Amino acid sequence: MEEFEPKIVGFLCNWCTYAGADLAGTSRIQYPPNIRVIRLMCSGSVDSIYIMKAILEGADAVLIGGCHPGDCHYLNGNYKARRKIVLVKNILETLGMEKERIWIRWISASEGQKFADTVREIVEETKKLGPNPVAQRWNI
Amino acid sequence: MSRVGVFICHCGVNIASVVNVEGLTEFASGLDGVIIAKDYKYMCSDVGAQLIKDTIKEYNLDGVVIASCSPRMHEHTFRVVAEDGGINPFRVEIVNIREQCSWAHDDRDKATKKAKLLVNAAVAKALLLEPLEKSKTPVVHNALVIGGGIAGIQASLDLADDGFKVYLVEKEPSIGGRMSQLDKTFPTLDCSSCILTPKMMEVGNHRNIELMTYCEIVSVEGSIGNYKVKVRKKPRYVDVEKCTGCTDCVNACRMKGKVPDEFNMKLGNRSAIYMPFPQAIPLKCTIDPNSCIYLRTGKCGKGPLCVEACEAGAIDFKQKEEIVDINVGSIVVATGYDLLDPSSLYEYGYSRSKDVITTLELERLISPSGPTGGEILLPSSGEKPESVTFILCVGSRDETQCSWCCRVGCMSALKHIHLLREHLGTGVEINLFYTDIRSFGKGYEEFYRSTRAKEVNFFRGRPSEVRCVSDGLKIDIFDTITGKLFEIKTGMVVLVPALVPRADSEEFARIMNLTRSRDGFFLEAHPKLRPVDTCVNGIFIAGCCQGPKDIADTVSQASGAASKAAAILSKDELENDPMIAWVDPVICVGCGICVEVCPYSARILNEVTRIAEVDEALCTGCGACVSACPSNASVHKSFTKQQIIQMVDSII
Ligand SMILES: Cc1cc2nc3c(=O)[nH]c(=O)nc-3n(C[C@H](O)[C@H](O)[C@H](O)COP(=O)(O)OP(=O)(O)OC[C@H]3O[C@@H](n4cnc5c(N)ncnc54)[C@H](O)[C@@H]3O)c2cc1C
Ligand code: FES
Repeated sequence: MEEFEPKIVGFLCNWCTYAGADLAGTSRIQYPPNIRVIRLMCSGSVDSIYIMKAILEGADAVLIGGCHPGDCHYLNGNYKARRKIVLVKNILETLGMEKERIWIRWISASEGQKFADTVREIVEETKKLGPNPVAQRWNI
Repeated sequence: MSRVGVFICHCGVNIASVVNVEGLTEFASGLDGVIIAKDYKYMCSDVGAQLIKDTIKEYNLDGVVIASCSPRMHEHTFRVVAEDGGINPFRVEIVNIREQCSWAHDDRDKATKKAKLLVNAAVAKALLLEPLEKSKTPVVHNALVIGGGIAGIQASLDLADDGFKVYLVEKEPSIGGRMSQLDKTFPTLDCSSCILTPKMMEVGNHRNIELMTYCEIVSVEGSIGNYKVKVRKKPRYVDVEKCTGCTDCVNACRMKGKVPDEFNMKLGNRSAIYMPFPQAIPLKCTIDPNSCIYLRTGKCGKGPLCVEACEAGAIDFKQKEEIVDINVGSIVVATGYDLLDPSSLYEYGYSRSKDVITTLELERLISPSGPTGGEILLPSSGEKPESVTFILCVGSRDETQCSWCCRVGCMSALKHIHLLREHLGTGVEINLFYTDIRSFGKGYEEFYRSTRAKEVNFFRGRPSEVRCVSDGLKIDIFDTITGKLFEIKTGMVVLVPALVPRADSEEFARIMNLTRSRDGFFLEAHPKLRPVDTCVNGIFIAGCCQGPKDIADTVSQASGAASKAAAILSKDELENDPMIAWVDPVICVGCGICVEVCPYSARILNEVTRIAEVDEALCTGCGACVSACPSNASVHKSFTKQQIIQMVDSII
């Protein structure tokens, strides 16, 4: 059987984590290609729907990446994201889905290594969890 | 249906050595809505740009996807290329297949597969991208500077010299701020008024500056390029057109010598009608309504003596408060700082002994124009002190009070040591209790060394309680350098209190829509890269209102803020970034959640229609309101929910 390769969707803020991911590349730091990034202006603009949609479409994990607390380019978007993620996790749990698939991380524009390490960590942890059952259950 | 073209860049070998560019191009050309897909060695080169422009024309495209380096590199370049090619610049979507693909992965197959997914998602978004127009706001070519300390003075002069009309609003009767209270300034020991007075005069005489002293900001509306500001002009009860500044009234006043003088830190007294200090600008008297007998009781002896004394007939008890409207394009806030009131800290004895004073009080005692005419005398007895002890970091670097460093305390105390030696000679004993000596500025460390040579007893540590004994003050200090406990008997204690935000800074921040950092000072847009910008476009901060700093830093920041403000004023129109929020009036139910969520106060709930509106000049396009909107009425242009959801759909 082919080895399970988790599909990870990343919603990254333009100013910190997206730039951190760029820096990983510029520094030629290698990380698994499992992550597919969607750039948003701020982690605070991540809508719960995006996360739910990704999970329902069969993403095995979702990463929300923003600036460190206190550093959001728009003052406090990351705090809003943090609160929202707690809610989304609760909803997922109520629906019988694994909230462990949702990750939120603060990675600054200078933390290329941290971005790569984070992706690697998510890939490893998600491999332990196995494929997102929603996809199989609904045969999407 | 849109007609999208996909352009894939090899970036030399940077992309092509890992990603199978030919395979990717073939994949892209098969996607729904894609009319043509092309690859080229360097898309960002002139030849690449021409290729894009020609292809747009040839295939009559109305949107493009460019798979290349990060959008943080060349998004702007490609928007311009697309516009030159004849399509709306906001119908461009960049796919990052270099930084986030070819440079980060070495497995050719996996990287190519990922690149395909990314292109797939970008095409899905590009098909939904709306053309956007940059709206324009006309600019009012006037500036407002709030606060007339050295920061506000510098900013006003810079702006006025650039040719802009400046309104300088100062709440006190004179400009000058804290610097006018200082005697000499570190590290050069030049006299504060000698360097400040000429600048104050220049402000007073500048034809481009309208000086509004004894005034306060009531409200600020509008946005960058066009702010409408209401200013309250408090009554001086003196007609400034007539007042010649002779101060005959001050000497005639029945309250002469009875009202504590704020400028002299209440170490001396003034009259009810007063001139704040001899170099005041404007050089006009003001009647303090709280101490004027006539204003308080409606009668003053047989008639107010000031009226009698004033040959110019300038006294006018009928003056009323006025509200003045001004219209400006940009604003510099320079409202400065306060000192922590040490009476809240029992252990320092400030409220228990007259001979415990603050550094600012010492400045007034040293100043030749101060209450003692420049003689350093004990406030309790009027005698010369035999021993003076400085306590640094009073309330500063203290988690229970102010966690921050005041940045000028060490240096001001070192300065005072020089001045005390000058005034009191070698006979006086000087002690100094410090935590660390912070002498970080240019020439500061050298200044510190020269103070060390002034026969001063330096003790490193925080002192015990200041005890009042019959013939002076006693303090215990455990010196952490020698590891010994000392008991110091001294005549005068000088406290160096923390620098704190102005008492009214919370209220003022609310009026201006500014945010404050945890310490209460006004928050800059970015601590390193945008230190004079605020979260409100068109409003800048300078000087100690942003955080404690010395005069040199204050002045540089003021010039920085002024040039930022001038950059706005020098334009006729401002282009607004169109990738901002928009509200669909048909869907909006007027719940007002977005108004609360917006960190920039760019959301208004229209009182009449009960629908939320976006102030396009204030919106920064963060998208917080959009994800908070429960009815999906809020739209983040170029990042709409449909666009992102389509991307999610096509990326998995
Ligand atoms: C004891 C002491 C000694 C010092 N010695 C030195 C020294 O030797 N060398 C040195 O480099 N630095 C020294 N400093 C630091 C220096 O005082 C500051 O760097 C400088 O005064 C900051 O200027 P500013 O314009 O930012 O603030 P301020 O001087 O505080 O000016 C602010 C002005 O704004 C006005 N204002 C406030 N609120 C409003 C409002 N809401 N509306 C309208 N107007 C308002 C105030 O009335 C004031 O005029 C010393 C500080 C202290 C405490
Ligand atoms: S901009 Fe990075 S989290 Fe807000």
